[in-house]
Amino acid sequence: MLLIEAWQFLVSHPGRFFDALATHVMLSAGALGLAIAIAVPLGLWVAHRKRAAFTAITAANIGRTLPSLAVLALVMPILGTGFAPSLFALTLLALPPILLNTYTAVRQVDPDIVDAARGMGMTAAEIVRKVEVPIGLPVMFAGIRTAAVQVVSGAVLASYIGGGGLGDFITAGIAMMAIPQLLVGAIPATLLSLGTDRLFGGLQRLLTPPGLRPT
Amino acid sequence: MIEITRLTKQFAGTARAAVDGLTLSVPEGAVCVLIGPSGCGKTTIMRIINRMIEPDSGAVVVGNRDVMDTDPVELRRSIGYVIQQIGLFPHWSIANNVATVPRLLGWTAQRVAGRVDELLTLVGMDPAVYRERFPRELSGGQKQRVGVARALAADPPVMLMDEPFGAIDPITRTHLQDEFLKILRTLKKTIVFVTHDIDEAIKLGDRIAILRDGALVQYDTPEMILTTPANTFVEAFVGTDRALKRLALISAATAAEPHPDPRTLGKIPAEANLRDALAQMLTSGTDTLAVVAADGVMRGVLTLAAIRAQIQVHAPDDGNR
Repeated sequence: MLLIEAWQFLVSHPGRFFDALATHVMLSAGALGLAIAIAVPLGLWVAHRKRAAFTAITAANIGRTLPSLAVLALVMPILGTGFAPSLFALTLLALPPILLNTYTAVRQVDPDIVDAARGMGMTAAEIVRKVEVPIGLPVMFAGIRTAAVQVVSGAVLASYIGGGGLGDFITAGIAMMAIPQLLVGAIPATLLSLGTDRLFGGLQRLLTPPGLRPT
Repeated sequence: MIEITRLTKQFAGTARAAVDGLTLSVPEGAVCVLIGPSGCGKTTIMRIINRMIEPDSGAVVVGNRDVMDTDPVELRRSIGYVIQQIGLFPHWSIANNVATVPRLLGWTAQRVAGRVDELLTLVGMDPAVYRERFPRELSGGQKQRVGVARALAADPPVMLMDEPFGAIDPITRTHLQDEFLKILRTLKKTIVFVTHDIDEAIKLGDRIAILRDGALVQYDTPEMILTTPANTFVEAFVGTDRALKRLALISAATAAEPHPDPRTLGKIPAEANLRDALAQMLTSGTDTLAVVAADGVMRGVLTLAAIRAQIQVHAPDDGNR
């Protein structure tokens, strides 16, 4: 019966629900996009530089262990509250898995394949573009998938620092002990996370070059 | 065609030079085999030729270009490169693998496609069957056929081959070596071929460079290496069965003698080598074989005495060593 009450709440506040959903998706997509734009090139770069790799990987490993809420809490005193600080915090959250997997993706490419590429006269950029990225794509994309799920779930917490999103229903629901309202945030947020995982899983299979697909 | 002059390379943190003042000249169209024990510098020398490794001093001239004055990328695109691990691109079809260098050089799609089919046919792989396959669908021997086709794609005058048949099972290896020899005879490439297998060196090399500690011990034709080893190191390296190895270089037809009626004898093909002939004699308990040409015509007989004579002609001073 809680579900029916939750449905009734949703139907009577459609504007609030769709605004929150839109904010949630925008926050997540924005953070993921920014994180990809930063972590993929960075990962490709450090994979060819031993010393930079050590620093970046150490930082990413520390970053990975920080709880999502702690990241948001740490951002608030510096950047304040609202959409932008939330976007920033979620981007930070998405960086480590993408960076680590991009690095791993490049490093796991068989050195003999890279040697053959170099010996046939590929430039460093051609080796990255034609050999390392396509072969490493499944592993790189696994990192993006992890980050996407983390961001979509983490975006629920953005509500704590005034970022909006589906988390608003959850925090309000908890504060007022209004379970139906809480569910209006919690259920769509869960479905969104699951959907994101499935979507990126599908993309990952699609982007795996045919010669590397498991038979 | 390839002139190496006083080449030296010492890797950081090693006690002695990997290549130590090496001077070596490979004539155009010749197969030069670099051979020696592990750590003799053979792979290093090969990799300096296409600047995969930069030397400390000395010069390498390929064609009429000093490699140190040539852009490494441009240089490597003009030199075929085959390695033991093959290194095919797993995400590309066989056709795309073979097309690697032509595409880097900006050939038109039509010219690339024609060249791919031509090369797959050359290395004995039906283009219609294999063009769209992926490397993981091929056996080790097939992969290296593609590896060789890929290296030949842009028709480079020079090829570098680092133990190309080293990881392939012995039966396939013999087969590939034979076919490779045939291809070489038609294409007239200048080849630097690294191996640690003396039998392979004798079989494929026009000239064999025996290396030790980064320096040249002997640089000669297979016959000369077998009959007159420069010192005890070469002698030991070639092995105590060098008389037999020498026999492997001589065809049955060469040692055949005329005979009035050889029809009752066991037969050996004219192009078979004397080592195989000797083995056949020992197996069948005879000391005379009829030598038969490919067209079925008798070329005479081969006797055990004739084989023994061949060994003695080519190893006259064995007793003096």
